[in-house]
Amino acid sequence: MTLKDVVEKLGLRVMTVKAALDPELTGAYAGDLLSDVMANARPGNLWITMQTHQNVLAVAQIKDLAAIVLVNGRKPDAETLQKADQENVTVLGTDEPAFRISGQLYRLLGEP
Amino acid sequence: MLRSFQADLHVHTCLSPCADINMSPAAIVKRAQSLGVDILGICDHNSAENVLAAVAAARGHGLHVLPGMELTSAEEVHILALFDKPELAQALQEIVYRHLPGKNDEEIFGMQVLANADDEVLGFNQKLLIGATTLGVDEIVKNIHSLQGLAIAAHIDRESFSLISQLGFVPDNLPLDALEISPAISPEEALRRYAPALPLVQSSDAHQQDEIGRRRTVFLIEEASIAEIKKALQQQEGRRIVH
Ligand SMILES: [Zn+2]
Ligand SMILES: [Zn+2]
Repeated sequence: MTLKDVVEKLGLRVMTVKAALDPELTGAYAGDLLSDVMANARPGNLWITMQTHQNVLAVAQIKDLAAIVLVNGRKPDAETLQKADQENVTVLGTDEPAFRISGQLYRLLGEP
Repeated sequence: MLRSFQADLHVHTCLSPCADINMSPAAIVKRAQSLGVDILGICDHNSAENVLAAVAAARGHGLHVLPGMELTSAEEVHILALFDKPELAQALQEIVYRHLPGKNDEEIFGMQVLANADDEVLGFNQKLLIGATTLGVDEIVKNIHSLQGLAIAAHIDRESFSLISQLGFVPDNLPLDALEISPAISPEEALRRYAPALPLVQSSDAHQQDEIGRRRTVFLIEEASIAEIKKALQQQEGRRIVH
Protein backbone atom coordinates (compact mmCIF):
# COMPACT_ATOMS: atom_id res chain seq x y z
CA MET A 1 0.00 0.00 0.00
CA THR A 2 1.34 3.46 -0.83
CA LEU A 3 1.62 6.39 1.53
CA LYS A 4 -1.02 8.17 -0.57
CA ASP A 5 -3.56 5.37 0.04
CA VAL A 6 -2.97 5.58 3.80
CA VAL A 7 -3.22 9.37 3.86
CA GLU A 8 -6.59 9.17 2.11
CA LYS A 9 -8.00 6.24 4.11
CA LEU A 10 -7.01 7.70 7.51
CA GLY A 11 -7.68 11.32 6.59
CA LEU A 12 -4.17 12.45 7.57
CA ARG A 13 -3.18 16.09 7.15
CA VAL A 14 -0.19 16.70 4.91
CA MET A 15 1.87 19.36 6.70
CA THR A 16 4.84 19.67 4.38
CA VAL A 17 4.52 21.38 1.01
CA LYS A 18 6.68 19.03 -1.03
CA ALA A 19 5.20 15.77 0.19
CA ALA A 20 6.25 12.64 -1.70
CA LEU A 21 3.25 10.37 -1.27
CA ASP A 22 4.23 7.66 -3.72
CA PRO A 23 6.45 5.42 -1.55
CA GLU A 24 5.22 1.92 -0.90
CA LEU A 25 4.97 1.37 2.87
CA THR A 26 6.91 -1.49 4.47
CA GLY A 27 4.92 -1.19 7.70
CA ALA A 28 4.82 1.29 10.55
CA TYR A 29 6.64 2.00 13.79
CA ALA A 30 5.29 3.88 16.81
CA GLY A 31 7.61 5.57 19.32
CA ASP A 32 8.50 8.88 20.93
CA LEU A 33 12.03 8.05 22.05
CA LEU A 34 14.28 8.85 19.14
CA SER A 35 17.01 6.50 20.37
CA ASP A 36 14.48 3.65 20.17
CA VAL A 37 13.21 4.64 16.72
CA MET A 38 16.80 4.83 15.45
CA ALA A 39 17.40 1.33 16.76
CA ASN A 40 14.15 -0.34 15.68
CA ALA A 41 12.28 1.39 12.84
CA ARG A 42 12.86 -0.07 9.37
CA PRO A 43 13.33 1.65 6.00
CA GLY A 44 10.03 2.53 4.35
CA ASN A 45 8.13 2.54 7.67
CA LEU A 46 5.54 5.12 8.52
CA TRP A 47 6.58 6.61 11.88
CA ILE A 48 3.86 7.43 14.41
CA THR A 49 4.98 9.83 17.15
CA MET A 50 4.13 12.86 19.23
CA GLN A 51 7.74 14.05 19.25
CA THR A 52 8.06 17.38 17.42
CA HIS A 53 11.69 18.29 18.14
CA GLN A 54 13.64 19.04 14.97
CA ASN A 55 15.76 15.91 15.50
CA VAL A 56 12.84 13.86 14.11
CA LEU A 57 13.86 15.00 10.63
CA ALA A 58 17.35 13.56 10.92
CA VAL A 59 15.97 10.30 12.29
CA ALA A 60 13.51 10.01 9.38
CA GLN A 61 16.38 10.58 6.96
CA ILE A 62 18.89 8.25 8.61
CA LYS A 63 16.31 5.46 8.76
CA ASP A 64 14.88 6.23 5.32
CA LEU A 65 11.34 6.34 6.73
CA ALA A 66 8.39 6.95 4.40
CA ALA A 67 6.91 9.75 6.51
CA ILE A 68 6.29 11.01 10.04
CA VAL A 69 2.74 11.08 11.45
CA LEU A 70 2.35 13.49 14.36
CA VAL A 71 -0.55 12.44 16.58
CA ASN A 72 -2.72 14.25 19.15
CA GLY A 73 -2.83 17.38 16.98
CA ARG A 74 0.85 18.10 17.60
CA LYS A 75 2.44 20.67 15.34
CA PRO A 76 6.13 21.29 14.79
CA ASP A 77 7.29 24.91 14.66
CA ALA A 78 7.45 26.68 11.28
CA GLU A 79 11.22 26.35 11.10
CA THR A 80 11.05 22.57 11.49
CA LEU A 81 8.44 22.28 8.73
CA GLN A 82 10.53 24.46 6.46
CA LYS A 83 13.54 22.27 7.13
CA ALA A 84 11.44 19.16 6.46
CA ASP A 85 10.65 20.53 3.01
CA GLN A 86 14.30 21.33 2.33
CA GLU A 87 15.30 17.82 3.32
CA ASN A 88 12.42 16.04 1.61
CA VAL A 89 10.92 14.59 4.77
CA THR A 90 7.14 14.20 4.60
CA VAL A 91 5.35 15.27 7.77
CA LEU A 92 1.71 14.28 8.30
CA GLY A 93 -0.65 15.07 11.14
CA THR A 94 -3.79 13.85 12.86
CA ASP A 95 -5.84 14.79 15.92
CA GLU A 96 -6.18 11.10 16.81
CA PRO A 97 -3.98 9.54 19.54
CA ALA A 98 -1.23 7.05 18.65
CA PHE A 99 -3.29 4.03 19.72
CA ARG A 100 -6.14 4.74 17.30
CA ILE A 101 -3.89 5.56 14.35
CA SER A 102 -1.79 2.46 15.07
CA GLY A 103 -4.92 0.31 15.21
CA GLN A 104 -6.27 1.66 11.95
CA LEU A 105 -2.90 1.20 10.26
CA TYR A 106 -2.58 -2.33 11.57
CA ARG A 107 -5.93 -3.13 10.00
CA LEU A 108 -4.75 -1.70 6.68
CA LEU A 109 -1.19 -3.01 6.60
CA GLY A 110 -1.36 -6.15 8.71
CA GLU A 111 1.73 -7.89 10.11
CA PRO A 112 4.84 -6.54 8.36
CA MET B 1 46.38 31.44 40.74
CA LEU B 2 44.91 28.33 39.24
CA ARG B 3 44.19 25.38 41.48
CA SER B 4 42.05 22.28 41.27
CA PHE B 5 38.49 22.29 42.54
CA GLN B 6 36.57 19.09 43.13
CA ALA B 7 33.06 19.65 41.85
CA ASP B 8 29.92 17.60 42.29
CA LEU B 9 27.53 19.66 40.18
CA HIS B 10 24.41 17.53 40.51
CA VAL B 11 23.01 16.80 43.96
CA HIS B 12 19.33 16.62 44.93
CA THR B 13 17.89 17.75 48.26
CA CYS B 14 14.79 16.49 50.09
CA LEU B 15 12.79 18.86 47.90
CA SER B 16 13.03 16.34 45.07
CA PRO B 17 10.26 13.79 45.64
CA CYS B 18 12.58 10.92 44.66
CA ALA B 19 15.37 12.00 47.05
CA ASP B 20 15.89 10.61 50.53
CA ILE B 21 14.26 12.56 53.34
CA ASN B 22 17.70 12.84 55.03
CA MET B 23 18.98 15.00 52.18
CA SER B 24 18.51 18.28 54.01
CA PRO B 25 20.57 21.17 52.65
CA ALA B 26 22.58 21.34 55.89
CA ALA B 27 23.28 17.59 55.92
CA ILE B 28 24.36 17.62 52.28
CA VAL B 29 26.73 20.53 52.83
CA LYS B 30 28.26 18.84 55.86
CA ARG B 31 28.81 15.56 54.09
CA ALA B 32 30.13 17.13 50.88
CA GLN B 33 32.61 19.16 52.90
CA SER B 34 33.82 16.09 54.82
CA LEU B 35 34.41 14.34 51.48
CA GLY B 36 36.60 17.16 50.16
CA VAL B 37 34.09 18.52 47.66
CA ASP B 38 34.90 22.17 46.86
CA ILE B 39 31.99 23.02 44.56
CA LEU B 40 28.50 21.65 45.11
CA GLY B 41 25.67 22.09 42.58
CA ILE B 42 22.21 21.88 44.14
CA CYS B 43 19.84 20.68 41.43
CA ASP B 44 16.33 19.68 42.45
CA HIS B 45 13.74 18.69 39.89
CA ASN B 46 12.10 21.81 38.44
CA SER B 47 12.60 23.85 41.60
CA ALA B 48 15.26 25.92 43.34
CA GLU B 49 13.43 26.44 46.62
CA ASN B 50 16.11 24.78 48.76
CA VAL B 51 19.13 26.52 47.23
CA LEU B 52 19.11 29.46 49.62
CA ALA B 53 19.29 27.08 52.59
CA ALA B 54 22.24 25.24 51.04
CA VAL B 55 24.08 28.48 50.30
CA ALA B 56 23.47 29.66 53.86
CA ALA B 57 24.54 26.31 55.35
CA ALA B 58 27.80 26.40 53.37
CA ARG B 59 28.77 29.92 54.39
CA GLY B 60 32.10 29.91 56.22
CA HIS B 61 32.73 26.20 55.59
CA GLY B 62 35.11 26.42 52.65
CA LEU B 63 32.57 24.83 50.34
CA HIS B 64 31.05 26.74 47.47
CA VAL B 65 27.42 26.04 46.58
CA LEU B 66 26.20 26.76 43.07
CA PRO B 67 22.42 27.25 43.11
CA GLY B 68 20.81 25.28 40.32
CA MET B 69 17.97 23.18 39.07
CA GLU B 70 17.38 20.02 37.04
CA LEU B 71 14.70 20.94 34.54
CA THR B 72 12.51 18.49 32.67
CA SER B 73 11.82 19.63 29.13
CA ALA B 74 8.66 18.99 27.12
CA GLU B 75 10.57 16.18 25.39
CA GLU B 76 11.28 14.77 28.89
CA VAL B 77 14.98 15.58 28.69
CA HIS B 78 16.71 16.51 31.96
CA ILE B 79 18.81 19.67 31.72
CA LEU B 80 20.95 21.05 34.55
CA ALA B 81 21.05 24.79 35.14
CA LEU B 82 23.73 26.25 37.42
CA PHE B 83 24.16 29.83 38.56
CA ASP B 84 26.35 32.09 40.66
CA LYS B 85 23.50 33.54 42.68
CA PRO B 86 20.30 32.16 44.22
CA GLU B 87 18.33 35.07 42.67
CA LEU B 88 19.18 33.81 39.20
CA ALA B 89 18.05 30.28 40.02
CA GLN B 90 14.88 31.75 41.48
CA ALA B 91 14.28 33.79 38.32
CA LEU B 92 14.50 30.58 36.31
CA GLN B 93 12.18 28.93 38.80
CA GLU B 94 9.54 31.59 38.11
CA ILE B 95 9.65 30.75 34.42
CA VAL B 96 9.57 27.02 35.13
CA TYR B 97 6.60 27.30 37.51
CA ARG B 98 4.58 29.08 34.80
CA HIS B 99 5.17 26.05 32.57
CA LEU B 100 4.81 23.19 35.02
CA PRO B 101 1.32 21.70 35.22
CA GLY B 102 0.03 19.32 37.91
CA LYS B 103 0.02 18.80 41.66
CA ASN B 104 2.22 16.41 43.64
CA ASP B 105 0.83 13.22 45.15
CA GLU B 106 3.08 12.45 48.14
CA GLU B 107 1.82 8.87 48.40
CA ILE B 108 2.94 8.06 44.89
CA PHE B 109 5.90 10.34 44.19
CA GLY B 110 7.20 11.23 47.65
CA MET B 111 7.42 14.32 49.83
CA GLN B 112 8.82 17.63 48.60
CA VAL B 113 10.34 19.11 51.74
CA LEU B 114 11.30 22.77 52.06
CA ALA B 115 14.02 23.20 54.67
CA ASN B 116 16.16 25.96 56.08
CA ALA B 117 19.88 26.00 56.87
CA ASP B 118 19.21 24.80 60.43
CA ASP B 119 17.54 21.56 59.33
CA GLU B 120 14.05 22.81 60.13
CA VAL B 121 11.13 21.89 57.90
CA LEU B 122 9.52 25.03 56.50
CA GLY B 123 6.78 23.32 54.51
CA PHE B 124 6.04 21.18 51.52
CA ASN B 125 6.05 22.12 47.87
CA GLN B 126 2.74 21.15 46.23
CA LYS B 127 3.75 21.31 42.57
CA LEU B 128 4.27 18.21 40.46
CA LEU B 129 8.05 18.62 40.46
CA ILE B 130 8.58 15.15 39.01
CA GLY B 131 6.53 16.15 35.95
CA ALA B 132 7.63 17.69 32.67
CA THR B 133 7.50 21.38 31.87
CA THR B 134 5.94 22.52 28.61
CA LEU B 135 9.26 24.16 27.64
CA GLY B 136 11.26 22.56 24.82
CA VAL B 137 15.01 21.98 25.21
CA ASP B 138 15.79 24.98 22.99
CA GLU B 139 13.69 27.34 25.11
CA ILE B 140 15.21 25.95 28.31
CA VAL B 141 18.79 26.48 27.19
CA LYS B 142 17.90 29.97 25.96
CA ASN B 143 16.35 30.86 29.31
CA ILE B 144 19.32 29.52 31.29
CA HIS B 145 21.77 31.52 29.17
CA SER B 146 19.71 34.70 29.42
CA LEU B 147 20.25 34.39 33.20
CA GLN B 148 24.02 33.85 32.73
CA GLY B 149 23.78 30.23 33.80
CA LEU B 150 25.43 27.03 32.67
CA ALA B 151 23.23 24.63 30.68
CA ILE B 152 24.29 20.99 30.87
CA ALA B 153 22.45 17.98 29.45
CA ALA B 154 22.09 15.60 32.42
CA HIS B 155 23.17 11.93 32.49
CA ILE B 156 23.24 11.50 28.71
CA ASP B 157 24.07 7.79 29.10
CA ARG B 158 20.81 6.99 30.89
CA GLU B 159 18.03 5.19 29.04
CA SER B 160 15.39 7.52 30.37
CA PHE B 161 15.10 11.30 30.64
CA SER B 162 18.33 11.92 28.79
CA LEU B 163 18.98 14.04 25.72
CA ILE B 164 20.14 10.97 23.84
CA SER B 165 17.33 8.63 24.93
CA GLN B 166 14.65 11.18 24.06
CA LEU B 167 16.13 12.90 21.01
CA GLY B 168 18.45 10.21 19.65
CA PHE B 169 21.55 12.39 19.51
CA VAL B 170 22.79 15.81 20.60
CA PRO B 171 21.03 18.40 18.37
CA ASP B 172 23.79 20.32 16.62
CA ASN B 173 22.08 23.70 17.00
CA LEU B 174 21.55 23.40 20.77
CA PRO B 175 24.12 25.67 22.51
CA LEU B 176 24.76 23.51 25.59
CA ASP B 177 27.81 24.23 27.75
CA ALA B 178 28.53 20.58 28.51
CA LEU B 179 27.19 17.05 28.61
CA GLU B 180 27.00 15.19 31.92
CA ILE B 181 27.53 11.47 32.31
CA SER B 182 26.14 9.46 35.21
CA PRO B 183 28.22 7.37 37.65
CA ALA B 184 27.18 4.29 35.62
CA ILE B 185 29.76 4.94 32.91
CA SER B 186 33.46 5.87 32.87
CA PRO B 187 34.60 9.02 31.07
CA GLU B 188 36.74 6.84 28.75
CA GLU B 189 33.75 4.70 27.81
CA ALA B 190 31.62 7.83 27.27
CA LEU B 191 34.25 9.32 24.94
CA ARG B 192 34.30 6.10 22.94
CA ARG B 193 30.54 5.76 22.80
CA TYR B 194 29.50 9.33 22.07
CA ALA B 195 32.61 11.00 20.55
CA PRO B 196 31.10 14.19 21.96
CA ALA B 197 31.60 17.57 20.32
CA LEU B 198 30.91 19.16 23.73
CA PRO B 199 32.90 18.93 26.98
CA LEU B 200 31.99 16.09 29.34
CA VAL B 201 31.47 16.42 33.07
CA GLN B 202 30.63 13.71 35.55
CA SER B 203 28.67 14.09 38.77
CA SER B 204 26.92 12.02 41.37
CA ASP B 205 23.22 12.81 40.76
CA ALA B 206 23.02 11.98 44.47
CA HIS B 207 19.54 11.26 45.83
CA GLN B 208 20.85 9.92 49.15
CA GLN B 209 23.71 10.84 51.42
CA ASP B 210 26.10 8.00 50.58
CA GLU B 211 25.96 9.00 46.92
CA ILE B 212 27.21 12.55 47.42
CA GLY B 213 30.56 13.09 45.74
CA ARG B 214 30.75 9.52 44.37
CA ARG B 215 31.64 11.04 40.99
CA ARG B 216 33.22 14.43 40.51
CA THR B 217 34.67 16.68 37.89
CA VAL B 218 37.94 18.34 38.80
CA PHE B 219 38.34 21.83 37.38
CA LEU B 220 41.61 23.71 37.20
CA ILE B 221 40.33 27.23 37.79
CA GLU B 222 40.99 30.38 39.79
CA GLU B 223 37.80 30.48 41.83
CA ALA B 224 34.47 28.71 42.16
CA SER B 225 32.34 30.69 39.72
CA ILE B 226 30.24 30.06 36.64
CA ALA B 227 32.57 32.22 34.54
CA GLU B 228 35.63 30.20 35.61
CA ILE B 229 33.89 26.86 35.02
CA LYS B 230 32.79 28.09 31.59
CA LYS B 231 36.42 28.91 30.78
CA ALA B 232 37.52 25.48 31.95
CA LEU B 233 34.87 23.81 29.76
CA GLN B 234 36.15 25.78 26.78
CA GLN B 235 39.81 25.34 27.77
CA GLN B 236 40.48 29.07 27.86
CA GLU B 237 43.32 30.89 29.63
CA GLY B 238 44.79 27.70 31.05
CA ARG B 239 41.56 26.66 32.71
CA ARG B 240 40.58 23.07 32.05
CA ILE B 241 39.05 19.89 33.33
CA VAL B 242 41.62 17.61 34.91
CA HIS B 243 39.12 14.79 35.83
ZN1 LIG C 1 17.77 13.42 35.96
ZN1 LIG D 1 19.14 14.39 39.03
